[in-house]
Amino acid sequence: MTLTSADFAAIWLTLKLASLTTAILLVIGTPIALWLSRTRSWLRGPVGAIVALPLVLPPTVIGFYLLLALGPHGFVGQFTQSLGFGTLTFSFAGLVVGSVLYSMPFVIQPLQNAFSAIGTRPLEVAATLRANPWDTFFSVILPLARPGFITAAILGFAHTVGEFGVVLMIGGNIPDKTRVVSVQIYDHVEAMEYAQAHWLAGAMLVFSFAVLLALYSSRKTKTGWS
Amino acid sequence: MIDMRLKLSYSGFALDVDLQVPGRGVTALYGHSGSGKTTCLRCIAGLERAQQGFIQVNDEVWQDSEKKIFVPPHKRALGYVFQEASLFAHLSVLANLEFGIKRIPKQQRRVDMGHATELLGIGHLLERHPQNLSGGERQRVGIARALLTSPKLLLMDEPLAALDSQRKNEILPYLQRLHDELDIPVLYVSHSQDEVARLADHIVLLSDGKALASGPIGETLARLDLPLALGDDAGVVIEGHVSAYDAHYQLLTLQLPDTDLGIRVAHAPMPLGQALRCKVQARDVSLSLRSVEQSSILNRLPVTVISEIGADNAAHVLIRLNAAGTPLLSRITRYSRDQLGVHPGQQLWAQIKAVAVLA
Repeated sequence: MTLTSADFAAIWLTLKLASLTTAILLVIGTPIALWLSRTRSWLRGPVGAIVALPLVLPPTVIGFYLLLALGPHGFVGQFTQSLGFGTLTFSFAGLVVGSVLYSMPFVIQPLQNAFSAIGTRPLEVAATLRANPWDTFFSVILPLARPGFITAAILGFAHTVGEFGVVLMIGGNIPDKTRVVSVQIYDHVEAMEYAQAHWLAGAMLVFSFAVLLALYSSRKTKTGWS
Repeated sequence: MIDMRLKLSYSGFALDVDLQVPGRGVTALYGHSGSGKTTCLRCIAGLERAQQGFIQVNDEVWQDSEKKIFVPPHKRALGYVFQEASLFAHLSVLANLEFGIKRIPKQQRRVDMGHATELLGIGHLLERHPQNLSGGERQRVGIARALLTSPKLLLMDEPLAALDSQRKNEILPYLQRLHDELDIPVLYVSHSQDEVARLADHIVLLSDGKALASGPIGETLARLDLPLALGDDAGVVIEGHVSAYDAHYQLLTLQLPDTDLGIRVAHAPMPLGQALRCKVQARDVSLSLRSVEQSSILNRLPVTVISEIGADNAAHVLIRLNAAGTPLLSRITRYSRDQLGVHPGQQLWAQIKAVAVLA
């Protein structure tokens, strides 16, 4: 016995969620990371801490507050209802919002490190060579920060795939909408379908290892033992 | 004319200069580290913003804080050479060179790729990547890259400071060629008197964020009222021209401007009439009451004593001399000064032990 159609649906949903989350995080994370790496404002500390919060908070805590905020009485829920979208809880859109918050540090921190490593000199050089700030961003910062973008995308994607607690809190367990692989495994185990659980759990293990292997092998060793 | 009035302060440092320097040739901003020379240059480039400032380069105003004008750096027609070449690591040498030239309109391009690569001797490096270049090569690419934007002002921030003396000597001739062949005014930041003596036409002496002096190189280096004279490598720069060449002894005669006095220097042949710049260090000039014929010292010039000051150590004094209009400095012991009875207006003979030909 191999994977069932419900398993494949869960896999497809997981990949969709992780891709969308990663794409959104790269777009909104880049300006935040750029700002964090350049600013001298006092807000740098608080913003940096907020970005890092999902690293330490239990996913249930994030999920709990999201449930309140996105729900019919929460401020986001009221807003989405007034726009005619209803509430985002127990929907795919809600999962995307939750995943974006949950995986945020995994995208922003590698980007911030990459931007900091570039320093200000290449930007000054570009300015003296007549490049305006947008031009400098695309022709100097982006190419120099490429390894940072690759790391950020891989970590953001992989971390979203591994999400469980937040999904369960705000998404529940609705086939084709919110039932991702990690929830599907949980279901199989609850139903004592250990063989099914093995297949999916094994696939996740192999996937995660392969991703991290690719990531760590691609990094050039600068110092250390060979 | 380059006009700059800059006021800027941050913790522990204040810059307050009001300078007018020639709009052509090389002007050196000379001073010790922390004197504000790099800050000055960064303000002119717009990389740093003086709280109160006025910057005008020939006919263009780049900053006027009273009128709330601040032209951002990428809209200033300048070239900037940083201390470390700072080439873009993700681009080849050619792409680095093209970075600036691509971003200026065609009709403003006055320096072309062929000329710039030939001038700096980097034609064979175009396909390479910056990390495969030596420090000297990298800096030459950096200079060419700045030149290719056809700047109206070239700013150079100690372009040789990060290089060893061999690499320095490899680049200096290229810088001299820029000076001779391109009509782009240069502001050159340096703390090396040798570089300044070789390259600059005009010198601004900065100390603690203030300009102590600003003037043509020849007379400014010979001033005794400036700390310039105190250093161990203090001396004067003489600009004359070649008036004779003795092929047998391989000695070249440098005629001092507006005189028939000459200094003989060991040097390879040069065409008669060619302008030549050389440096005479104060410690290489000794004084005597009479012209001493029996001496290995080749050059003896009749001079008049102008003034004297104490040197940086108690045993020495510095004497400023006038050799038919050309200023000279001599560093002698206080003992010798008293033996000779040196006093202003006195006629003496200056014996010049060594002359460094700079260009």
